[in-house]
Amino acid sequence: MGERMHDIRLSVNGVPHAATVPARRLLSDCLRHDLGLTGTHVGCEHGVCGACTVLVDGRPARSCLMLAVGAEGHELTTVEGLADPGGPLHPVQQAFRECHGLQCGFCTPGFLTLIAAYLEEHPDPTEAEAREAVAGNLCRCTGYTNIVAAVLRAAELRRAGPAAVPEPAVPAEERP
Amino acid sequence: MSTRMFGAPVARTEDERLLRGRGAFLDDLGPGALAAAFVRSPHAHARVVGIDAEDALDVDGLVAVYTHDDLSGPMAEPLPMLIPHPGIIDGRTPYALAKEYVHHVGAAVAMVVATDRYTAEDVAERIRVDYEVLDPVVGIEAAARADVVLHPGMADNVAAHHVQEVGDAPAAIDAAPNVLDLELDIERSACTPIEGRGVRARWDPADARLRVYSSTQTATGVRAAVAAKLGLGLGQVEVVVPDVGGGFGVKIVHPWPEELMVPWAARLLGREITWTEDRREHFVSAAHERAQRQRIRVGFDDSGRLLGLDVAILHDNGAYLPYGVIVPIVTSTQLLGPYKPGAYRVVFTSLYTSTVIVTPYRGAGRPQGVFAMERTMDAIADHLGLDRADVRAANFIRPDEMPYDQGLLFQDGRPLIYDSGDYPAALAAIKKLVDWDGFAAYRERALAEGRRVGIGLACYVEGTGPGPYEGGHVQVETDGTVRVATGLTSQGQGHETVLAQIVADELGIAMSDIVVTTGDTRRMGYSVGTFASRGAVTSGSAVALAARSVREKALRIAGEALEADPADLEIVHGRVRVKGAPATGMDIGTVAVLSNPLRYAFDDASRAATQFAGPADYDRAPVDPDDSPGLESAEYHSPLRCTFAAGMHAAVVETDPETAEIRILRYCVVHDCGRLVNPMIVEGQVHGGVAQGVAGALYERMAYDGSGQLLNASFMDFLIPYSSEVPAVAIDHLETPSPLNPLGVKGAGEAGVIPGSAVLAAAVEDAEGFPITAMPISPSDLFDLRRRFAAGEIAPLRRRAPRVPAQQQPGQERR
Ligand code: FES
Ligand code: FES
Repeated sequence: MGERMHDIRLSVNGVPHAATVPARRLLSDCLRHDLGLTGTHVGCEHGVCGACTVLVDGRPARSCLMLAVGAEGHELTTVEGLADPGGPLHPVQQAFRECHGLQCGFCTPGFLTLIAAYLEEHPDPTEAEAREAVAGNLCRCTGYTNIVAAVLRAAELRRAGPAAVPEPAVPAEERP
Repeated sequence: MSTRMFGAPVARTEDERLLRGRGAFLDDLGPGALAAAFVRSPHAHARVVGIDAEDALDVDGLVAVYTHDDLSGPMAEPLPMLIPHPGIIDGRTPYALAKEYVHHVGAAVAMVVATDRYTAEDVAERIRVDYEVLDPVVGIEAAARADVVLHPGMADNVAAHHVQEVGDAPAAIDAAPNVLDLELDIERSACTPIEGRGVRARWDPADARLRVYSSTQTATGVRAAVAAKLGLGLGQVEVVVPDVGGGFGVKIVHPWPEELMVPWAARLLGREITWTEDRREHFVSAAHERAQRQRIRVGFDDSGRLLGLDVAILHDNGAYLPYGVIVPIVTSTQLLGPYKPGAYRVVFTSLYTSTVIVTPYRGAGRPQGVFAMERTMDAIADHLGLDRADVRAANFIRPDEMPYDQGLLFQDGRPLIYDSGDYPAALAAIKKLVDWDGFAAYRERALAEGRRVGIGLACYVEGTGPGPYEGGHVQVETDGTVRVATGLTSQGQGHETVLAQIVADELGIAMSDIVVTTGDTRRMGYSVGTFASRGAVTSGSAVALAARSVREKALRIAGEALEADPADLEIVHGRVRVKGAPATGMDIGTVAVLSNPLRYAFDDASRAATQFAGPADYDRAPVDPDDSPGLESAEYHSPLRCTFAAGMHAAVVETDPETAEIRILRYCVVHDCGRLVNPMIVEGQVHGGVAQGVAGALYERMAYDGSGQLLNASFMDFLIPYSSEVPAVAIDHLETPSPLNPLGVKGAGEAGVIPGSAVLAAAVEDAEGFPITAMPISPSDLFDLRRRFAAGEIAPLRRRAPRVPAQQQPGQERR
């Protein structure tokens, strides 16, 4: 009893990857276990916690609710792609560090990708907007106080030094 | 001197890897392992009649299926009763895989090993288990009635019964001028870390050694348990704890069935195996906490001072008792809070139900105890027409009465003696922070606007940092790197940072030169684990002691080399130098070189250390008889007993007159955990705790139906608050040092959660004008209570006629 396999090509953080997966393979599992990008975490696998959030063509999406075969032809950004490996942290990462926005760090990649995309469209949120922006992701450790603070701090860092913000993996013309 | 790290809000060492997605959690440990999945019982109580794997055998990628019949020796026996106690009447624990009976939905019945998890689950689905379904035991009442007895061979469902007494409480109450009776209820919630449990194991046949990775709160505990069950020597098992995505108590339980089955199968098959719990599994096969029914009888004088307190607790411990009776013991003892109870009697009865086991969840029985005591304080104040804060103040243990002996035995088996604390100061601080005295005027203004508001206050004392011990190992490498290890594990508390801060100060080393390892039995074989807010107290103290002894040795060796009195030396920025003559000195790495005389030269550092390098004293052995080579030390901190942190929370809520929605307008915390190592991390712990306290008070409950099915076993239905539900928290710290450890610290990990239900019940009750006796409370619960109140089924609070907007009397909601 064999399962039909599909050869797919995924573009993740600007790098092309090939994988052979069954149709039912979740994108989250493909990223983590086929491509070895374990920064994306899974906390529920039913679309509620947001730990698995990645950017699909620059927009946040729950990778546990997508099939890997359906991600072909899209530009994916995971937490590993927010900053260059040897380079400075992305402003959102930097803000999380400064504001103590993470404790165990398990939910963190989902928040980072979500907020990075959010700030692209809302560069100067109020505190209430920042709280609302992260209200779709679960964190069991921080009580969210410092995550909200980190959204505001990240916005500040972005405004202070746009040059310090690394380019997202999405080509400019494809950005929303 | 360099800047002091202790007490500074130092950014965390852990963050860089976690922020870049380079953390290594259990399920991140890479390819190459087979995957396990478990067949779990769909019934709350049943006899397993047969297991048929025939249909699964042709699934490609199947490696093995195991049932209890495949187990032998210690593996076939029940799991250990981890913490025995004289109060336990009949302590039942589960089997690694069900033997004949299942006692809750989710119990592991068979284990599948396959090439990957998808395949393993395909196989699990095809395994047919034949059950004879038996009647379930759901809820405290059913358990106490014992119409159905869960465990064969028992006459009822009573797992444990325990009485603690100081004085003659019934007599004191009978003689008291005022007496009140309360009946209180708290429902189940659970730790629910975003990362569930997980275990991975690899058997090395050449070395005959087992490597186990587990998402656990105790590496040494898992190691000892696995070794005992698998018949291996302790030296053959090493347990390494990777990054852990939250614990909150559930991961202190060990060994889990999966934690034994995965290593057992890995050894049998000679293959690496991994198992990662999914969310549904976590709901139905990990652990819950909190559920209790409490009956309280209290006698008090006219100023509200307690004369006698008599408490009977019915505690739902779920299907088994692997972690003993820690939770109800903590409730029984920590219920007393910052107060002198007069005569006190507490009786708990711990009951089996056909539901998931109940083991400590952050707070570990304290939220229930504080709920009991604080509801009692509020009831007394209401009865006497006194200010709720004044009644509390009348009962406080005063600072000059410290250390204060409550006359009971605590959960660590040692006397319940509070070491230090200043409760009147904390009360003054919380009243100021929440503007307690200004609230009456605020309420008037709110009422004028048609808004219904209330304020609540709750106090707690928390025994933290229990023994028996934790160790610290500090080693200076020849390149100046300082390696620090402690045995307990980390689940987000920032131990890498906090322990480095402590060592940085003790040793005069930059944080960036310090590398901390936690939860790795290869580095520290003696340890207990991470629970009861004990990390900073026990491991913090141990690494401080180890760093002090390394420092002493470094000064001695450098003193000899520099021909200086060690007392005239200091260590600054990793250099040992003469005080007042900073140019005269050597790097601490060089001291490490000197500390270890070698025969062989293999690099620059070792060349400098060979016994042929410099002039020798022929009358002295290269290593003195009372010395040892190397610049390192291991020390242990074994506290006499717990150190008692304390705090007070106050909350202002608004309840919607129409929808009965409860909104927290203000949440204030005054917190005293002794000296703060890192205030940023402590505040983070408080924030997270408060969120879980609010969650347990207003949102989370485990909804079991009458047949023992958990109806809300997903994040869709079990309401963990998002950022939109958690209030901003105003925090004020007091610092009353502990005399029981070298750092003066007390634990901080659980404090935030403890008074959550108590303070919010108080605030809602104050807004509504009738007593709140059961938590959590949802809008529909409150809506029902209003109806019952309007129907005269619930008596109003005495302290004031219900003050609600005139046109919207309670209970008159239109439907
Ligand atoms: S894992 Fe995808 S939303 Fe929880
Ligand atoms: S930091 Fe642990 S779940 Fe968010």
